[in-house]
Amino acid sequence: MANDPPTDGTPVLELERVSKAFGPVVALKSASLRVRPGSIHALVGENGAGKSTLVKIVAGLYRRDSGDLRLLGAEVDFGSTAESKAAGVAVIYQEPTLFPDLSVTENIFMGRQPTGPLRRIDRRAMRVEAEGLFRRLGVAIDPDRPAEGLSIADQQIIEIAKAISLDARLLIMDEPTAALSGVEVDRLFAVARSLRDEGRGLVFISHRFDEVFELCDEITVMRDGEYISTDRTADVTVDLIVRRMVGRDVTELFPKEKALIGEPVLRVRELTRTGVFHDISFNVRAGEIVGLAGLVGAGRSEVARAIFGVDPYDSGSVTIRGRSVPRNSPVAAMAAGMALVPEDRRKQGLVLEESVSRNITLAIRRTLSRLGLISAAAENQAARTWASRLEVKAAALDTEVGTLSGGNQQKVVLAKWLATEPTLLIVDEPTRGIDVGTKAEVHRLLSELAGLGIAILMISSELPEVLGMADRVLVMREGRLTADMPREKATPEAVMTAATQGEEAA
Amino acid sequence: MSVASSARRPSPVLSGLRSVVTAREFGIFLALALVIVAATVRNPSFVFSNDGSRDLLLTPAILVLLAIGQAIVIITRNVDLSVGSILGLSAYLVGSIFVAAPGLPYPLAILAGVLLGALLGLVNGALIAIAKVPALVITLGTLYAFRGINVLWAGGDRINAGDMPDDFLALGTARLLGVPYLSLLALAVLVAAGWYLRNLRSGRELYAIGSDPAAANLYGLPVTRRVFAAFVVSGALAGLAGVLYAARYGTVSSQAGSGFELNAVAAAVIGGVAIFGGSGTVWGAAIGAVLLLTINRALPILGVPAFWQRAVVGGLIIGAIILDRVLAVRQSRRLLAEREGGS
Repeated sequence: MANDPPTDGTPVLELERVSKAFGPVVALKSASLRVRPGSIHALVGENGAGKSTLVKIVAGLYRRDSGDLRLLGAEVDFGSTAESKAAGVAVIYQEPTLFPDLSVTENIFMGRQPTGPLRRIDRRAMRVEAEGLFRRLGVAIDPDRPAEGLSIADQQIIEIAKAISLDARLLIMDEPTAALSGVEVDRLFAVARSLRDEGRGLVFISHRFDEVFELCDEITVMRDGEYISTDRTADVTVDLIVRRMVGRDVTELFPKEKALIGEPVLRVRELTRTGVFHDISFNVRAGEIVGLAGLVGAGRSEVARAIFGVDPYDSGSVTIRGRSVPRNSPVAAMAAGMALVPEDRRKQGLVLEESVSRNITLAIRRTLSRLGLISAAAENQAARTWASRLEVKAAALDTEVGTLSGGNQQKVVLAKWLATEPTLLIVDEPTRGIDVGTKAEVHRLLSELAGLGIAILMISSELPEVLGMADRVLVMREGRLTADMPREKATPEAVMTAATQGEEAA
Repeated sequence: MSVASSARRPSPVLSGLRSVVTAREFGIFLALALVIVAATVRNPSFVFSNDGSRDLLLTPAILVLLAIGQAIVIITRNVDLSVGSILGLSAYLVGSIFVAAPGLPYPLAILAGVLLGALLGLVNGALIAIAKVPALVITLGTLYAFRGINVLWAGGDRINAGDMPDDFLALGTARLLGVPYLSLLALAVLVAAGWYLRNLRSGRELYAIGSDPAAANLYGLPVTRRVFAAFVVSGALAGLAGVLYAARYGTVSSQAGSGFELNAVAAAVIGGVAIFGGSGTVWGAAIGAVLLLTINRALPILGVPAFWQRAVVGGLIIGAIILDRVLAVRQSRRLLAEREGGS
């Protein structure tokens, strides 16, 4: 299919050297993007490259710190989503945001329903318009049904209908295909192309390169909050784009020490949970750090949760030092010597209102208690030992954990689990949302623990972290293990390829 | 690929009837009719006497006003527990105005009561909007604070019927073509609120906000302003209810209206206003209010011992919530089944 060259003229959207920081964390350093009218523009980059922040600035959820933002040639600065919408921007988020109790029609027109005398909403006109929109999009959705219970694909169609009825000039789709089936993707693409042919500008964010190359006219790559390149799709290859996404220095920050690798501690065999992950088999040996890489949604956390017994699995087995661990029982997993540092430490790893010492001793209450009672002295002593070993920086042991920095909170979670003296430590996104300095400290800690002979399974979406820390790298894609490579062979390109195009790499 | 399956359209009369019968409010209405019929069969004077018919219409009028305000607030996924205290302050203010200025035309006193209510609602709305604290906590606080001010102001004193002008007191019992003024007023407010919630953009936005507050923010709806307004309206209606309370009962102490807030919430919930917002109508809440008070009067006639009455009300609330839950589960199952079958 030969695309016409993009019509020249005023770009629909222009960002130049836009930056945004949240406190000390810089989310966007210097982002640039130019979307032509009548084109579909792909925005690609690793997790954390700043794509979402960019979208939120254009949508009016965040205000940029510096740089230029122009819409249809006019300088803009949106203070709210209402303003960006009025200016002609429509954003379709990964999870569509509809009002479940209201009808499909009301969802499309909320806040700008057609009105008659006395500003009364003209329901009939609204319904006719909704039917017209669905006819134009070629879909059969009952306009009178409530939005509750619609499939993700239908919800997205409604979001698109919203955008069309607004006559949005710019439509941003943030990973719209992540939850869609093949047929649904085709339908979405057909709609996207017809919107392009009407002269609108579309931004398409996706990790699926086959889709990016099929649908988009141009590709902009971002990395670490910075603009890297923009090309016509016809002029580049998947390999080139992947290289640009990951190409950076990996060695600093990761004080990986060589540890003595011993016998297998964890053995996972053919672990399957229908619809979530399939046929997962691997080992983790004493003293070894195994990195589990993949895109968000590939099923990595789900596997970890199943191994630890938080979630059930349908078939397969988990053994620790040759002894089988019963499924679906975190208590049994802990007794077998497992520890899990979860992805969302604030929700799943800590009791934020409680003190540092209470949090650290949370997993060893049983061993600390005498006749069912825990003395404050025993609690404090155990807490002091681990807090000092991990160098938790808190004013006192009775400081509320919620007031600590992200890095220190993470250390408290680690301390809690190390107090159980585990033989296998599973860490899920150990440095997410932690500043660079503490990040290195957490890395040093993990390296030390491996040196003590603990087997570590580390899930991380940050490629440099995986490559820098792991002795061995596993890659998952859409619920399946697509690669298992030793440290020497784990290049950024190899991992990214396995994470995005599993068939070739397996 | 487009298979436009336009739904079968039955005749407008039939579909209109169908939507009335299947509406959540219809069940409450049936229950109310049942209670009235049962009580009347036992004792015909429950309806067929001058006092009987008057009480039937007059007694619920004040609670209907509170229930309308409460429904508007609950639809936005909030709650207003301070309405009983606002009612008390407003009633006492009206009485005090008449004590201080006996010759004052009573419409001005009514206006003063409504304005005071709106002002107190504004305090609620501002605290909730600015402090970003859940309405449950804020209005629980103002429930006590407003009542405290009332006690401080009134002390052990009370306003008596002799302190208020006769034409004002007549409002509380007078009738037009057999229907008490108070009931007509409540009905007028009900019609206006029902029309507003159904037909105006800002009314529909209240439902959207209650249905998913985060989505409403992303959508760019003026969430803070709308919630704020809902509390002002609820306060103003409680203020109006306070004025009517003074006119109807003629005696106002510092405890007037205490406990009414729970009746108002109960009326809304029984009437099918989902406690987590997003659905329900003021019509349902009003019928719930009438049902609640009518049951209280009917139970003794039906021979139910006095101490069982509260338990019956409790059973009604729990029954309403279970019914809502069952309906919701059935609906989501049906929608899911349609999706599986229809795709």
